[in-house]
Amino acid sequence: MLDQLKETIKKALPELDFVMGWGMGFDALHATPLFMYEPEDVDKLVWGPLNIQNLATYLPSLKGKKVGIVVKGCDSRSVAELLQEKLVNRDEVVIFGMACQGTVNLTKVREIVGNTGLVEDVKYENGKLTVTADGQPHEMLLKDVRADKCGYCRFPNAVISDHFVGEERAPQVEEDTFEDLKEFESQSFEERRDFWMKEMDRCLRCYACRNACPLCVCRDHCVAQSRDPHWVSQQDGIRDKFMFQIIHATHMAGRCTNCGECERACPVDIPVLLLKRSFNRAVKNTFAYDAGLDAGATPPLLAFKVNEDNIKEKEW
Amino acid sequence: MAKYLKQDDLGSWLKELGKTYKVIAPVEEGDAVIFRPLTDERTLRIDRQATQGPKGVLFPACEELVSFKYGKDPEKPEKVTVDIQETVDAEPTLIFGSRPCDARGFDVFDNAFTKCSVKDSYYMARREQAVVVSLACTKTETTCFCNWVGGAPDGKGGSDVLLTPITGGYLVESVTDKGAALLDSPLLSEATGEHTAEAEKLLAAARESLREAPDFKCVPEQLYNLFDNMDFWEKQAAKCLSCGACTYLCPTCHCFNITDEQQGNQGSRIRSWDNCMSRLFTEEASGHNPRPTKAHRLKNRVGHKFCYFPDMHEGHIACVGCGRCIKSCPVALDIREVVTAAKECRLPEEETADD
Repeated sequence: MLDQLKETIKKALPELDFVMGWGMGFDALHATPLFMYEPEDVDKLVWGPLNIQNLATYLPSLKGKKVGIVVKGCDSRSVAELLQEKLVNRDEVVIFGMACQGTVNLTKVREIVGNTGLVEDVKYENGKLTVTADGQPHEMLLKDVRADKCGYCRFPNAVISDHFVGEERAPQVEEDTFEDLKEFESQSFEERRDFWMKEMDRCLRCYACRNACPLCVCRDHCVAQSRDPHWVSQQDGIRDKFMFQIIHATHMAGRCTNCGECERACPVDIPVLLLKRSFNRAVKNTFAYDAGLDAGATPPLLAFKVNEDNIKEKEW
Repeated sequence: MAKYLKQDDLGSWLKELGKTYKVIAPVEEGDAVIFRPLTDERTLRIDRQATQGPKGVLFPACEELVSFKYGKDPEKPEKVTVDIQETVDAEPTLIFGSRPCDARGFDVFDNAFTKCSVKDSYYMARREQAVVVSLACTKTETTCFCNWVGGAPDGKGGSDVLLTPITGGYLVESVTDKGAALLDSPLLSEATGEHTAEAEKLLAAARESLREAPDFKCVPEQLYNLFDNMDFWEKQAAKCLSCGACTYLCPTCHCFNITDEQQGNQGSRIRSWDNCMSRLFTEEASGHNPRPTKAHRLKNRVGHKFCYFPDMHEGHIACVGCGRCIKSCPVALDIREVVTAAKECRLPEEETADD
């Protein structure tokens, strides 16, 4: 299947500036975005559960170039959302879709392996990952170390593509019932507040969450750092840092495609996707809408209806 | 002077030191390992490299430089008065469990903050009262490259005491007089020849496990040569997200922003970490930005560490090879690859012909 993908990319490459996929990073456990300019670059392409980065993040900054992008199901939703918002031109992007088997959460692997800095080799076969570190092989099932988002994935197949390679896969679930959120919300207000205060305490204000997010497109002009006007304090108190996360989550309302890049990119493992999930559920309940499924649709918070279908204000 | 500390006595030794110093050590927090004041509730984690080094202890992510308050002159109500108080926040502090690379980061800070014509009084006050107890690395990680930049798993630069984990405890060596004073504790015994021999064997194995260090002598010149070669930098920076994770985790990055945070008629002038990967870092008041793209910004980051800083500080590379910028980069961008590519980049013929 990977060979078929490589062939498809090689065929399309002459018409494109480059194609984005994944190559092997600094060790066997880490994939890294691969920019393929020449056919020989395509030979470095890898595919598997370690292809964790969502490459759609690069698209808005590549306007004016004609590029190819390899996508998993969730990545394809980000591309669709970017097309919806006209942040990417459809005729400037060629989408190579594959069916995703789920991606690995490296923090969970670390919990099993101990120190992932000592990884020597990784093998993936039949849903089983074998990570050898410090001479010691550790076997684990992908379903035990995959990203939480993959547990409630409805779209393993690219929702939009120009070239779909390989067989489609059945979705993990038919409906996302937000069980993770329900579990979190079963705690008292004080418990939840304390949880966030503790988690946000170690935030570095590095903005990896923001820059890894494909829909966080203000980026260079972000309210969090703007100097004139000076919107947000540069203090590093917990409240200041939490304030930024709330701004980020609010800006994502109705646009977030649940790719989880914000959380994955966080160097200190703060579970910030939980905040976006809350907004995703609110948008789903209010507008019966999921972001990034239809490149032709208008996100509900970018549209205006005098009478919203699900907001019965006249009946209040 | 070398001593031996039993594993079981480590906690007691730190408690004892805690009477004189505020002890900051790597502790578990969520899924990360972060330097925090050591308390009974916190779990010390020294079995793996901390997610973030201890640089914030001496150079806080955010600190108040002065507090200010506007008032009115009762004699002349049209006249505004300003009361300004300088805030120097320093107390005897012991950093425990830094790695030799982390400690070498303080050497870079010393160069930048205390050895230039303008001294940073805030940093200096903290540095003078700090003592650094580092832990030598007997295992090296896939992202470690301290040997490429003049360090070693048992390097002593920036540390006052160096601990090497051996069977049942630690070999404890003082590096400076400040560090020697910590070794007076009755909890420490004289190290035996066996202790030192075991430590040396483990450390030799750790040094051996690192990838061979390339010769970086030509790197500064190559980086100057590549300064205007934006094609090179665009390719190197293609996957960079231009976030600041690498810089905020870096033991040597020390750039900052200064802002006034005012509420009503009072406020603080604060200094907070800033980073060259951010577009706003170099945006000028006119609106002009000399580093408009992420390629320009990555060029600066690599250039500063491997070229401009060494130029200003007797060849001292501003990278300690801790590898956090690689390990925690959301896209696994590898600075080793960038520097190696710069080193090996053959310049276009017309440019070399001009030389």
